[in-house]
Amino acid sequence: MIRNLATDRGRGPAALTKHRLFWPAAALIALLLGNLIVSPRFFAVEIRDGHLYGNLIDILRNGSPLILIAVGMTLVIATRGIDLSVGAVVAVSGAVACVELGSTSILLAIGAALGLCLVLGAWNGWLVAGLKIQPIVATLILMVAGRGLAQLITGGQIVTVQNGPFLAIAGGYLLTLPLSFLIAMAVYALTSLVVRRSALGLLLESVGGNPEASRLSGLRSGRLIWLCYVFSALCAGVAGLIISSNVTGADGNNAGLWIELDAILAVVIGGTQLTGGRFSLGGTVIGALLIQTLTTTVYALGIPSQETLLFKAVVVTVVCLVQSPAFRAKLVKRRRRPESPAVAAQPEKVEVAS
Amino acid sequence: MNDTAEILRMTGIRKRFPGVTALDGVDFRLFPGEVHALMGENGAGKSTLIKVLTGVEGVDAGSIELAGAAVAFAGPDQAQLAGVSTVYQEVNLCPNLSVAENILLGREPRRFGRIQWSRMRKRAEELLARLDLRIDVSAELGTLSIAVQQMVAIARALDVEARVLVLDEPTSSLDAREVEQLMAVLRALRADGMAILFVSHFIDQVFAIADRMTVLRNGKLVGEYRTSEITQVELVTKMIGKELAALDEVSERSAATGPELVATDGLARAGGIEPFSLTIRRGEVVGLAGLLGSGRTELARLLFGADHADHGTVDIDGRRVQLRSPRVAMNQGVAFCSENRKTEGLIAELTIRENIALAVQAGRGWLRPLSRRRQLELAAQYIEALDIRPADPEAVVGTLSGGNQQKVLLARWLATQPRLLILDEPTRGIDVGAKAEIQRLVATLSADGMAVLFVSAELEEVLRLSHHVAVLRDRKVVAQLANEGLTPEDIMATIADGGRS
Ligand SMILES: Nc1ncnc2c1ncn2[C@@H]1O[C@H](COP(=O)(O)OP(=O)(O)OP(=O)(O)O)[C@@H](O)[C@H]1O
Ligand SMILES: [Mg+2]
Repeated sequence: MIRNLATDRGRGPAALTKHRLFWPAAALIALLLGNLIVSPRFFAVEIRDGHLYGNLIDILRNGSPLILIAVGMTLVIATRGIDLSVGAVVAVSGAVACVELGSTSILLAIGAALGLCLVLGAWNGWLVAGLKIQPIVATLILMVAGRGLAQLITGGQIVTVQNGPFLAIAGGYLLTLPLSFLIAMAVYALTSLVVRRSALGLLLESVGGNPEASRLSGLRSGRLIWLCYVFSALCAGVAGLIISSNVTGADGNNAGLWIELDAILAVVIGGTQLTGGRFSLGGTVIGALLIQTLTTTVYALGIPSQETLLFKAVVVTVVCLVQSPAFRAKLVKRRRRPESPAVAAQPEKVEVAS
Repeated sequence: MNDTAEILRMTGIRKRFPGVTALDGVDFRLFPGEVHALMGENGAGKSTLIKVLTGVEGVDAGSIELAGAAVAFAGPDQAQLAGVSTVYQEVNLCPNLSVAENILLGREPRRFGRIQWSRMRKRAEELLARLDLRIDVSAELGTLSIAVQQMVAIARALDVEARVLVLDEPTSSLDAREVEQLMAVLRALRADGMAILFVSHFIDQVFAIADRMTVLRNGKLVGEYRTSEITQVELVTKMIGKELAALDEVSERSAATGPELVATDGLARAGGIEPFSLTIRRGEVVGLAGLLGSGRTELARLLFGADHADHGTVDIDGRRVQLRSPRVAMNQGVAFCSENRKTEGLIAELTIRENIALAVQAGRGWLRPLSRRRQLELAAQYIEALDIRPADPEAVVGTLSGGNQQKVLLARWLATQPRLLILDEPTRGIDVGAKAEIQRLVATLSADGMAVLFVSAELEEVLRLSHHVAVLRDRKVVAQLANEGLTPEDIMATIADGGRS
C-alpha cells in the first residue's frame, strides 16, 4: 500500500510527515496513548484459553466488520460514488444466513447470503452506472428497502442461531488471533493485491479523478463503477455474517445500523477524498481501527452514554482538522515568519490550476 | 518612461514549490495606459507570477505594491476588490451555470435582494457584444467550446471596475477574428488608462499590441524591453536562451500519400455538424479550417465516437464500423487529443507517468497491466521527445505549467501509436520552440504512414502541415481543397463565400 512515493521523495522526518498515512497513523497512536495514560492496563494482552485477550485484541475483533465495509466503500468513493446501503446489506446478509441455517448446511447458508448481497450490489451498480442516478440517491433506495427486505426474510422476528461453526466466525480464534479480524485482513490484503497489481487501481483513480477525460481515454468506466458497488455489497455481506455471528442471531432492525456512516468516516480519515480519485486502502484500515478504538475508549473511560456521541464528534473533528493540509498550513503560518521559504506548507488543491 | 507613476511594482519575488523554484528574485512593473507582455517558455513562471500577484499562491520572499501601497492579497476576490481583474490560463468558471451567470456571478443586478434575470441577461449580452460575440447567454457554459468559454472569462474580467487587467494566454484558442476584436478592446482600455498584463505565445500578437515586455527564463528575470527596441528574433533568443533553429522550417510534407484509411459518407449529428463526406489517406494530414463555432471539434468528435452520429457511415480500412464509443474507435486505431485538456483530457491528480500510460492501459483492459517499468519507459520516451518539464515521471500533472500539461496529453495519444491521430488544437498554450518541435513530429509521423486530422485556430499552422484542408462554415463542410500553395487569405475567402467558388 505504501505506493505513492511521489509525494515523499525527500528523506528524514520531513518526508515522514508527508507520507499519506502519517496523519491517520499518528492520530491512531495518539488515541491509544491517551488510553494508556488514563488506564495503564489498556495495553495489557494476555493469553487465555490459548488465544490472546485484552483491549487491543477487542479492538481488532470488534473492528473487523467496519474494516471490511470501509474497504469496499473506499473503492466506491474512489469512483466519486458513495454506498449508503451497506448497513442494510449487513442486515439482509445476516437475515438470510440465520434463516437458511435452520434448514441447510452452513456453507449453503453463507453462499445464499453472499449471493443475495452480490445481487443487491449489482442492483446498486446498475442504478449508478447504467441509469446514471446519483450514487447517494441510488443507494438510498436500498438503504431503506434493504431493512424491509431483511424483515421480510426473518418474518419480522429476531432469528437466533446456535450453529457452532457459524458462531465461530465472530467468536473463533486462529493462531491466537480473532478469526473475524483475520477474515477482514485477508479481504484487505487480497483487495490491495488485485487493485495494485492489476491496472484496476489506476483506472479507478482515473475514473474518479476525471470521468469525462477517462471516457475519452477509452476507459469503460460504467463497468468499473458497477464492479465497485458489487464488491462493496459483498464486503458488507461478509461483515453481516460476522455481526450476526457475534450477536448469535439476525436482527433486521439493528444489525449494522449507521455503520455506513462510520465506514465513510473511516475512508475519509484514511486520506481518500470524497471527491474521488486517489485512494488508500491502508489508510482506510487505519481509519476504521481509529473509529473502533474511539468506541472502545468511550466504554473504557466509562463516559456517560449521553456524552458518547459528543465525545466521538470532538475527536473526529480534531482528527479531520489535523489531516487537512490547509489547516496545518494556517497553524504553521501563525508561528513562522513569512520569510522562511524552506517548508512553506502547501494547499492540496490549488483553485486555479495552470 | 517615468512620466507616470507605476501602478504595480513587484520586487524580488521568490516562489518555491517542492522540487522547483518557479520564481527566483523576479522584478516586474506595470504602468497605467500600457500593455505589458510577460514572455517566456513553457514553465518559465509566467502564470506563477500572476498567481502570486492575485493571491492564489503566497510568496516566499519579495514585495508587491499596488499604486504605491504594499499589498498581499489573500485571494483573487480580494485582488479584484482592489482593482486587479484577472483571466487565468485555465478557464475557471462554473460549467453548470449559464453564460450570463458566469459573467456576472457575485455582482448580479439586484432589486430588493432579488436577482433581476432579464437585466442580467441584457448586461451579459452587452459585455459579449463588446467582444463581438453573439451567443445565447442562457446556454450552459459547459456545453460551449473552449474558445467561447475563454471569451466569457474575458467578458467577466472586463465587467469589473479595474485598474489592472491581467490576461494569461487569453488568445490560446481564439481565431484571428476574435483575436482582432480582443485587441481592439484592449487598445480602447489602454487609451482609458488601464494597465494591462498580457501573456501569449503568439509573438505576432505580442508585437502588435504590447508596449513593453518582460522576459522570464527558468523562473529568473531576463530583462524588460520596449517593443520598439527589440526584434522578434532577439525576443525569442532571450526567451529560450539560445537562437531558435529555423522556426518555420518544418520538414517537407511528404508528397506521396498511401491508400485510403478513413472514409465517411454523409456523417452527421443534429445540432453538431451537417452531413459531410471526408476521406483521409494513410500518411496524409487533413486540416480543418473554419471560424469559431464552425463545427471543427464536432466533426472530430464524431470520428472518435465521443459523440454519436445520427446519420451516415464511417469506413475504416474498407470496413464499415459503428463508432459507438471512444473505446470502439480506439480499437480501430483512432486517437483523439481533445482541445480541452482540463475537463476532457488530463487527470490532474495523477502523475505524468500515469497520465501518459492511461490510454494504452485502457486499451489493454485492467487485467493486463502495463508493468511499472514499461510505464516509466513510455514516460521517459515522451518527456524526452516533447521536452516535458519537470522531467520527472512522478510529478503530479496538475502542478505542471499549462504548456507542459498540453504536452503530456499529446504524449498519451502518441503512445497509443494510432493509425488515425485526431489533434484538436494540439499546440494550445505551447511555446514557440516546442510548437515547431510538435509540428515537426506530426510531419514525421505522417511521413511514416500515420493519418492525421489536424484542427487548429491558427491557419498558418494548418496550412504548414496539411495535404488537404476541409473548410467549415456554420457547421458544414463547404470546401475541400488540396493544399498546393494555399494561403490563409484563400481560406478566409473560401469561408466568406461559403465555398461557392
Ligand atoms: N502547484 C505547483 N506545484 C509544484 N510546481 C508548480 C506548481 N505550480 C507551478 N509549478 C511549477 O512552476 C514552474 C512555473 O510554472 P508556470 O505555470 O508559472 O509556467 P508558465 O510560464 O505559465 O508556463 P506556460 O507557458 O506553460 O503556461 C513550472 O516548472 C511548474 O511545474
Ligand atoms: Mg502559464
